[in-house]
Amino acid sequence: MQKTQHFKPVQFIIEVGILVVIFTLVQYLISAGLLNQYYQINLASICINIILAVSLNLINGFTGQLSLGHAGFMAVGAYASVIMTTYMELPFIVGIIAACLAAALAGFIIGVPTLRLRGDYLAIATLGFGEIIRVVLQNIDYVNGPAGIMGISKLSTWPWLFGSVVITILVIVNLVNSSYGRAIISVREDEVAAELMGVNTTKYKVLAFVVGAMFAGLAGALYAHYFYIIKPETFNFMKSFDILVMVVLGGLGSTTGAIIAAIFITVLTAALQSFPAIRMILYAVILVTVMIYRPQGLMGNRELGRRTFGRLWGDKK
Amino acid sequence: MQEFLQQMVNGLSLGAIYALIALGYTMVYGIIMLINFAHGDILMVGAYIGFFSVVVLGTNIFVAMAIAMIACAVLGVVIEKVAYRPLRNSTRIAALITAIGVSFFLEYTTIFFLTPNQRVYPAEAFPVTNYDVMGITLSSKDIFVFISAVVLMVILQYIIKRTKTGKAMRAVSLDKEAAMLMGISVDKTISITFAIGSALAAAAGVMIGVYYNSINPLMGIIPGLKAFVAAVLGGIGIIPGAMVGGFLMGILETLVSGYGSSLYRDAVAFGVLIIILLIKPTGLFGKNTGEKV
Amino acid sequence: MRIRRKVSMLVLMLFMLSIVAGCSQGGDNGAAQQEGDTIKVGINTELSGPVASYGSNAANGALLAIEEINAAGGVLGKQLDPLSRDCKSIPDEAMSVSAALVGEKIVAQIGPLTSGNVAGSTPVMMENQIPLLAPAATAVNVTVDEKTNKVRDFIFRVCYRDSDQGQRMANFALEDLNVKNAAIYGSTSDDYATGLAKYFKEEFTSKGGTIVAEEGFVNGDKDFRATLTKIKSADPEFIYVPGYYTEVAVLIKQAREMGITCPIGGGDGWDSPDMVSVAGAEALNNTYFTNHYSVEDPDPAIQSFVEAYKAKYNKLPDSFAALGYDAARLLADAIERAGEADPVKVKEALEATKDFPGITGTMSIDENHNPVKNIVVIEYKDGNLISR
Repeated sequence: MQKTQHFKPVQFIIEVGILVVIFTLVQYLISAGLLNQYYQINLASICINIILAVSLNLINGFTGQLSLGHAGFMAVGAYASVIMTTYMELPFIVGIIAACLAAALAGFIIGVPTLRLRGDYLAIATLGFGEIIRVVLQNIDYVNGPAGIMGISKLSTWPWLFGSVVITILVIVNLVNSSYGRAIISVREDEVAAELMGVNTTKYKVLAFVVGAMFAGLAGALYAHYFYIIKPETFNFMKSFDILVMVVLGGLGSTTGAIIAAIFITVLTAALQSFPAIRMILYAVILVTVMIYRPQGLMGNRELGRRTFGRLWGDKK
Repeated sequence: MQEFLQQMVNGLSLGAIYALIALGYTMVYGIIMLINFAHGDILMVGAYIGFFSVVVLGTNIFVAMAIAMIACAVLGVVIEKVAYRPLRNSTRIAALITAIGVSFFLEYTTIFFLTPNQRVYPAEAFPVTNYDVMGITLSSKDIFVFISAVVLMVILQYIIKRTKTGKAMRAVSLDKEAAMLMGISVDKTISITFAIGSALAAAAGVMIGVYYNSINPLMGIIPGLKAFVAAVLGGIGIIPGAMVGGFLMGILETLVSGYGSSLYRDAVAFGVLIIILLIKPTGLFGKNTGEKV
Repeated sequence: MRIRRKVSMLVLMLFMLSIVAGCSQGGDNGAAQQEGDTIKVGINTELSGPVASYGSNAANGALLAIEEINAAGGVLGKQLDPLSRDCKSIPDEAMSVSAALVGEKIVAQIGPLTSGNVAGSTPVMMENQIPLLAPAATAVNVTVDEKTNKVRDFIFRVCYRDSDQGQRMANFALEDLNVKNAAIYGSTSDDYATGLAKYFKEEFTSKGGTIVAEEGFVNGDKDFRATLTKIKSADPEFIYVPGYYTEVAVLIKQAREMGITCPIGGGDGWDSPDMVSVAGAEALNNTYFTNHYSVEDPDPAIQSFVEAYKAKYNKLPDSFAALGYDAARLLADAIERAGEADPVKVKEALEATKDFPGITGTMSIDENHNPVKNIVVIEYKDGNLISR
């Protein structure tokens, strides 16, 4: 897999083709009214959770920096986009860009000082920043404090959601597989050795952090424009934990794992709705059981990709 | 000045509770490097056991506290055996997720059986008298909380520094393999650590019940989080650090609400924590061990 | 071209996504083949998460009402079938639960409790034209879109708006208690309490009062002494404490312990039997709150509700339970008046509600879908509730 692969036009076309087919199929189902609202909502949740999990996985899984403040960046993105679209009445794309930039900026401001901390100290510092963002939002009258902003137009349509997921995955996967990515992974494997080999570890840690935060902001913008209301309480540390659960459950450092876990957790949450009394107990039991039997996560740090499916397509590898 | 002293009294009793909880966090962390997020929920279970002991068995508050401590010690050991031990050789973050799972389990099992409604510690369990010391209101509750916390901490220090068990605990936290080679049972030592940590949390739970009168199944989350912050503040894994961190956290919160703005209390508490960490990246008492190459 | 490997991976994921999403709720609709002998009512409340106690009490109240109605022969000769679901205290979950309930062909939904979660549920209910009856969502913009001033057609509530209660207490403090200045110390973590504080402040200052201190606490707090010490030194004649009994009871107890003797006021979030047991009868003297009713009201309807609730759940009802109970009964009444279990007709019947005798007051629904009902100010006197 590490060797350069030759460009295989047929395969490339097949893959793009399948993406297009999935997109059009769901789009058709939605516009023909065949996919009821409940499935649509869960589909949106799945897309948003995939973006969150994949982006946190870049920070926690590939860079090895334990961050517990992901919900904070999501909040920054959500509020930034809503200020653009609902307050200033600008188009959604402006909101999305504003969300990404604001969250990336927040990631930079928070990342530069805190990323020199290690392990649990970093975890608690990021948790702290996440909570600070929430408390500050709660005290800003411009965004209605704890009541939050309601009446946000539903602009996160299927093309936006699907497109965002594809872009997030493509950017992060390609980042991880670039020379930057190798530097980032070297930080996780052994920070001191990486430093000695001439890798500017701080730079790569901040880079991963900023990119991760940016996509969390994107997820925040999509969330805000799907679920009609945002309020600071939604983005508290429990939300950060939820995202962390997905990442660890999928397998740290596995993008496919993060995606599978995001789908799994969203579907599990929805499926447990019908057992209101014991919902959270079941969730807890499932979580603990999965972790005990599969501590490395569903995928470990492997990826599900061409290697697994190459054979199906007659690849030699 | 009088107001300041009153604020210090408020801060010290709040800090004593944080310190007790932080001790459990830090002990567990010191020995198996696990952030035990279920610790706050053990506190909640302790508070409920204390409550039932007072209401159903009619015991006084000290007996209730003892019963809660014993029961939670057992609970802590069981949780460690069932949920954490299988993960001892996997990544720490896997254990962290399991701890979050255990936390949900304790919270929602309690809700399932006892409803999410709060319960009220009976007033007669602990009669309150207010003392007026130089214009400062000092309640018997403040004294109760502060003295019991200090007594428990002294006992803990004694166990850790003067007994064989304490020696074993220190040895295991320093170097697990070497301790094993010296004939120390690592499993047993870890169990004892969980037992002691959980017992302290239970004591803190009963204190919260007495001090604030009401308990509910989600009561452990916030104190748990604050105590975790306190433990990190002092340098996680270091016992005196947890005590100082706990008291500092309590006083800091009180001063922010008292002299700054209560609206920003949590933000300021976290802000100070971050600033301290940036100056001293391993907490107040943390050793700067440098890099091992 | 490593990119292609990623694309293939992506393809796989999206396949799974569509398959799994498709399977997740497979079993639900099969059984619901228009049985016709029951009327399905959705109960979408917070049964887990930070406001679980409000949600489960309201759900308990609603379930008790439905049980009583069914025992008395049901509505239109049919039994009510309550579908209770948990929205985890978050708006997106509330939306998803509503969509699931809509899929089960409910005729109306009761809940969620907090304004934010109702807002999450709102678009689904509006789109599907199914009425939502909010037991306790007090924000002004729950039923009316503030930007366009348009009423949200299918959203109703049975509780007061924040403005009603805040203004009432401000007038009570100025006129009945004769105070000139006040401090506000309310919860900042929910819009209910901040809403009350906002309207109290507006009314109080516009009628010549001054606010000497404005502080806040967070739900879940147990230690208020630092801020109370500060408020004490500002020496207010009255303290307004909008919030829920879970915090307020402890707060008042601590205030009295610290020697703060001035009157303290609040809203219907105070209403709970736990107030007296936590704070103590003595500490509660000289405190007042705006409410719908008093559990000690000798009115037989109220007493029989209190008795039935106590018998079933082994606990006195709080205001959430009473509001949940009223919401379910009002809904049953509206279905009866509509003549058939059709959501749009039920909505019209709800709009036409006139003098419905609820536990929380006799109410008529006004053109903005808010109940018009009396606000009583209740005083705690030696642990008893005295209507003022």
